[in-house]
Amino acid sequence: MSNDARDVVGDYKAGWHDPENATIRFDNGLSEQVVRDISELKNEPKWMTDLRVKSYHHFVNQPMPTWGNSEILNNIDFDAVTYFLRSGKGTERDWDDVPEDIKRTFDRLGIPEAEQKWLGGVTAQYESEAVYHSIREDLESQGVIFLDMDRGLKEHEDIVKQYFCSVVPYQDNKFSALNTAVWSGGSFIYVPKGVSVEMPVQAYFRINAKNMGQFERTLIIVDEGASIHYVEGCTAPAYSTESLHSAVVEIIAHKGAKIRYSTVQNWSTNVYNLVTKRALAYENATVEWVDGNIGSKLTMKYPAVILKGEGSHAEVISVAYSGKGQHQDAGAKVHHLASNTTSKILSKSISKDGGRGSYRGLIQVANKAENCRVNVVCDALILDDESQSDTYPTMEVSNSTCRSEHEASVSKVSDEQVFYLMSRGHTEEEAMALIVNGFFEPFTRELPMEYAVELNKLMALEMEGSIG
Amino acid sequence: MRGNGILEIHDLHASIQGEKILKGINLILKKGEVHALMGRNGSGKSTLAKVIMGHPDYEVTSGTITLDGQNILEMEPWKRARLGVFMSFQYPQAVPGLQVGNFLRKSVQAIRGENAPNAREFRKELNACMEKLDVDKKFLGRYVNDGFSGGEKKRLEILQLMLLQPQIAILDETDSGLDIDALRTVSTGINASVDNAACLIITHYQRILDHVNPNFVHVLIDGKIVATDGPELATKLEERGYDWLEEGASE
Repeated sequence: MSNDARDVVGDYKAGWHDPENATIRFDNGLSEQVVRDISELKNEPKWMTDLRVKSYHHFVNQPMPTWGNSEILNNIDFDAVTYFLRSGKGTERDWDDVPEDIKRTFDRLGIPEAEQKWLGGVTAQYESEAVYHSIREDLESQGVIFLDMDRGLKEHEDIVKQYFCSVVPYQDNKFSALNTAVWSGGSFIYVPKGVSVEMPVQAYFRINAKNMGQFERTLIIVDEGASIHYVEGCTAPAYSTESLHSAVVEIIAHKGAKIRYSTVQNWSTNVYNLVTKRALAYENATVEWVDGNIGSKLTMKYPAVILKGEGSHAEVISVAYSGKGQHQDAGAKVHHLASNTTSKILSKSISKDGGRGSYRGLIQVANKAENCRVNVVCDALILDDESQSDTYPTMEVSNSTCRSEHEASVSKVSDEQVFYLMSRGHTEEEAMALIVNGFFEPFTRELPMEYAVELNKLMALEMEGSIG
Repeated sequence: MRGNGILEIHDLHASIQGEKILKGINLILKKGEVHALMGRNGSGKSTLAKVIMGHPDYEVTSGTITLDGQNILEMEPWKRARLGVFMSFQYPQAVPGLQVGNFLRKSVQAIRGENAPNAREFRKELNACMEKLDVDKKFLGRYVNDGFSGGEKKRLEILQLMLLQPQIAILDETDSGLDIDALRTVSTGINASVDNAACLIITHYQRILDHVNPNFVHVLIDGKIVATDGPELATKLEERGYDWLEEGASE
């Protein structure tokens, strides 16, 4: 491998790519026609086509955000992106029917194995569309709907129409407009009243082609007293050209519902990851975002919860790792609109080899919302002098009965800590991995065990060959 | 590989940021022996411990340290540890998020290598050691030294000593800050480990030596060992202090 390639690929283990065997690939670039073509190809109802077109125009007219990392954002060449690419023949329910090369990809990522062991359902998206999808029969018989978004729209148009864009309007921001215009794939989930889904369901997103844009759209509705744990993972090949991932996730948690949405984002470092995730929580509902950002060139993502119903609860636990050439601009947003609502935000970031980690948070407490409780903790760990960490916390509290706590810390790994661990037989790299994994522990302990182990391995890998 | 367990220090000089701390240490530690090293604050006791373990801040300007004839001075601390050198820290470091149980298991695997016990045997060994040290099971779920009291930190150090089964055990002021009961328990742990190791106990006080019987007592003054004798030397120091030795040293 040449030095340049090594710089790009590094130790990223999911950085291989398969031959591109597209059955349909749109020309690069975006226009109203491209948007209409996507909709037509999918045979969508008119209201969806119209919504896409409206969103497209909004996207075009909306200026680029001037916050976050404008330098990188302004570098995105929207004309160089492929907006739709179909690789398979459709969405299969049996791995044996998935095209061999694509199946191999997911085998290497361990998805079918995980499915057998501990998942209640799996959807696997390759480029623009799902290539595999299945759900355990017992869940299906309880009325749980777990489909890819395209099929969700076909089979449950009434539900989709009711909720689509209800939590994240297309006008919300430039990238939510883009997603609404060109969305393809993603998950559609409905959990009926009182049904609690014990095993997590997982979606896995893979970008394989160069200059690919992936715009999945996820809509999850958890009805009264129901619960579910949704897990998503993502990887891409380490090309030297950039890919764009811009998703929108909308969650509706009805009265007393509970949802946990866990992400381990490990895009290769040539991917722009610009995602809008937001949940609406009704009375006594609980929404938890567990969000891990390890990969990508630039991530801008602030999982949000609107606490609309009294007694609802939000939790956002996130970690971010920023290595060479990476900027993780991540955080959380919680809007306390009702009384007795509570929120807890824990953000942990590590920066290394010149990487930059930013925490950006917004907490709002409405003036009518009595007795709310807010707890925010952000910790940053900086591993060397070239790396950077910054925090942008905002609190807008308009009700005096709110009890809020905010703690922030920035620390460096001390030589004494490393020496102590080395005296216990651990090499310097192992010592760093122990410290780093310890720092992330409050996050990893919230993940399913298989993911936690994977994340720890990933971080150990990041510590390798980095000690001078 | 376990050797005979002989650590030889010959004419060792070491400094930190240009300041000379050790000025010609000669010391031989053999398996089964307990040595006590006493001396005033600033005499170089902790420096000697850290230099043996390989702390990067100290520069060895001359002299040698060998373990079973093998020069260890060029080795990184983890290599020394895997050869069987152990140091109980005066100020053990906290590692937030790293659970004690996990840390112990990983350290035992790193140091005992092929001879490390499997999960079940490890659990058994661990339970036996914890019982001896009167340590609660909850300990294992806590983060290494994070929010630990002084006594808890020292217990964790001795728990590691017992599990890592070193050939050379350097205990840097393990007795400091312990009450009488804790001292007794911790000493039980030390005694359980010393038969198979050479042990160097760095201390200010006679009292730990009532529980762990030394074969030799050394006195360090200004970077040099000025006196070596049997356990009675410690008693004498307790009664008379260091002045009488200092006069001898300056001659």
